Amino acid sequence: MEANQDKKEFNITVYTENQVGLLNRIAIIFSRRKLNLDSLNTSPSEVESIHRFNIVLTETEDVIRKVARQLEKQVEVLKVYFNANEDIIWQELALYKVPTEIIAEKVSVERLLRQYGARVVVIRSDYTVFETTGHREETDALVEVLQQYGLIEFVRSARVAIIKASDGFHAKLREFERLEPGEHAVENEYLNKGEKVFTM
Amino acid sequence: MQQKDALLTKTNETTVMVEELSGSEILLKGLIEEGVDTIFGYPGGAIMPIYDALYDYTDHLKHILVRHEQGATHAAQGYARSSGRVGVVFATSGPGATNLITGIADAQIDSTPMVCITGQVFAHLLGTDAFQETDVINITTPITKWNYQVTDASEIPEVLAKAFHIAKTGRPGPVLIDITKNAQIQKVEFEGYKKCDHIRSYRPYPIVRTSYVEQAAALINQAKKPFVLFGQGVLLGNAEKEFKAFVEKAGIPSAWTIMGAGAIATDHPLNVGMLGMHGNYGPNVLTNECDVLIAIGMRFDDRVTGRLDKYAKQAKVIHLDIDPAEIDKNVKATVPVWGDCKQTLPLLTALVEEKKHTEWLSKFRSFDKIENEQLIHPELNPTEGELTMGEVIHQLNLLTNGDAIIVTDVGQHQMIACRYAKFNHTRSNITSGGLGTMGFALPAAIGAKFGAQDKTVVAVIGDGGFQMTIQELGTIMQSGIDVKIMILNNQFLGMVRQWQELFNDRRYSFVDITSPDFVAVAKGYYIDGQKVSERANLVDALKTMLNSKGSYLLEVMVTKENNVFPMVPQGCSVSEIRLK
Ligand SMILES: Cc1ncc(C[n+]2csc(CCOP(=O)(O)OP(=O)(O)O)c2C)c(N)n1
Repeated sequence: MEANQDKKEFNITVYTENQVGLLNRIAIIFSRRKLNLDSLNTSPSEVESIHRFNIVLTETEDVIRKVARQLEKQVEVLKVYFNANEDIIWQELALYKVPTEIIAEKVSVERLLRQYGARVVVIRSDYTVFETTGHREETDALVEVLQQYGLIEFVRSARVAIIKASDGFHAKLREFERLEPGEHAVENEYLNKGEKVFTM
Repeated sequence: MQQKDALLTKTNETTVMVEELSGSEILLKGLIEEGVDTIFGYPGGAIMPIYDALYDYTDHLKHILVRHEQGATHAAQGYARSSGRVGVVFATSGPGATNLITGIADAQIDSTPMVCITGQVFAHLLGTDAFQETDVINITTPITKWNYQVTDASEIPEVLAKAFHIAKTGRPGPVLIDITKNAQIQKVEFEGYKKCDHIRSYRPYPIVRTSYVEQAAALINQAKKPFVLFGQGVLLGNAEKEFKAFVEKAGIPSAWTIMGAGAIATDHPLNVGMLGMHGNYGPNVLTNECDVLIAIGMRFDDRVTGRLDKYAKQAKVIHLDIDPAEIDKNVKATVPVWGDCKQTLPLLTALVEEKKHTEWLSKFRSFDKIENEQLIHPELNPTEGELTMGEVIHQLNLLTNGDAIIVTDVGQHQMIACRYAKFNHTRSNITSGGLGTMGFALPAAIGAKFGAQDKTVVAVIGDGGFQMTIQELGTIMQSGIDVKIMILNNQFLGMVRQWQELFNDRRYSFVDITSPDFVAVAKGYYIDGQKVSERANLVDALKTMLNSKGSYLLEVMVTKENNVFPMVPQGCSVSEIRLK
């Protein structure tokens, strides 16, 4: 409460059961507090049947911690972690559709590809689709360039992130499945103070 | 009959009977297995198959027909709160389901274990705006601990078992199961009901960290002015005995939130009174003087803390709670004792030194003296003028001797009843704490009586709140349940009027409420009653009410413009509490 009042980007990783309605249950924890998500991704995880949400938002650590606890409180949520950007490896994927004739005439496609690490996904006579993966600034930079060449469509995916210090969820899940809870299943942040990976 | 109801399956050695039953019947069998004896509900199209099955199960399941589905939820809450068991509600889809919302929200914020079963349109009609289709799952997601839509009868046993497990374990709460009509009708093989005791993603009882218990004990042992705040967690954890042992050994003055009232007897020497906006003088002022604050099963609601940045800043805070999301939510804990207080309190008791904080305790008593002289005594013992709410509760105490269950509605009478009602027993104060739901008391009292039939149940209700669920008089009439209804009629929406008087220059904006002849209304429902406005008649009227066979309505005319004091005005610190 005293410390860490500055807002910054946090990455919340939520391991859940795969159940209808859970997305809503998770989303309303944010919307109820009028928190705007920068990005939300749901996907399978390293463990079969366990889902993984990656949520990005810009907030103070205090707010993030409270929200993380509310998330973990949900019956079908197994575990919640939150990390600053330094603690994760992340990527976002972007697609750009541009008119082929302009691109062919006006820009050096080769230079574009090299400079922005883009790949061509589709070339048709009417349009060409490029793809980049990277951090936000990288994908944004190419949008700006292509804007001048008649960018028809642009889309960027949610962020997917891997926690640098995580050992994955296999071992944890075994703990959860035991009738008598083990330390992993019920650990809380007070045990983990000072560690890079926050867990509750 | 086209389908065989039972078929025999041969296994290697034994012959196992596998019954084919409808989803509805499986549901009812499951409820019986869960020990349910009473259901509060209201039928309708989408839940008709369940009601049809119920027709054959009335030997085991008592169904109380309410007059509005909101009443069913509050009755289930009252039942749960008086009995410690799970309250069960049936309602149909659409309007039936939406009428449950207030009660579900109330149960969620007050951690009341409740299972609501709603009927839903046929699965193939979902999303088509079918007749009486409402997306009750999404509507109730923010106000349930868990909810689930069943579209196939085979899911019912497992889902129901999960629902009960979730509703009553850990921090309890409401659960809703929405069952499409086809699943209620569909017949499937039923191999018996298995209760749920484990859900892998759900850990209701944390492992207690002994190191934190040790740190907490060390803080308590060093403390010169320790102060215990307790809430409903003590009741929900069935930890009243453990709690008493703890405070008695450590000799710590203890104050309660309105949800925790009754966890320890009103007269206990260490019970120093009520916390919060209309709580007692000493507990509020001394919150900002204690050196160690020990919060047990309470969540630092803003009505308790007042202005947070001036709340107990001098104190080290020990917070015992089963819900990790409560720790540091409003008040930062120095030592978090995360766990079930039934388990953590004995560990703590073992480590604390036996003490008597006599001087510190006497400080509370000296504040009591001031509050008593200036406020309580005149409120409870007026000799002239109109009746006061306080004296009505005081006279009631003298007659019930603190053994009754008091169910209150919301407003001035609620605060007065919580302040002055005497409780010898746990689970005796039933009120809508977190949501402050007017209309709660009458149906909740009905449920409370079903949950504790050997107790006298008195509903204390304002003239405003009574008119919000007045139709539940019909439920009383039909079920024959014995509830004593006491309306404290100040001819105003009193609590709002008080705020308008104090903070809006007496601009009484729509708080002047007229009432029907309540006694005549009761009589219309064949419920006996009378109205009293003279001091000389009060005690006799209360006696008549308490001694009546069956339900009784007593309307007491009280001072129109009395204010509830003390008061911590909104935005003020607890130590800025006003006595007038
Ligand atoms: C459903 C609902 N609507 C509105 C309120 C706001 N409210 C709180 S207390 C109160 C006045 C209650 O009046 P009454 O029932 O006569 O009780 P009194 O305060 O006079 O004892 C109101 C309107 C509420 N708590 N609940």
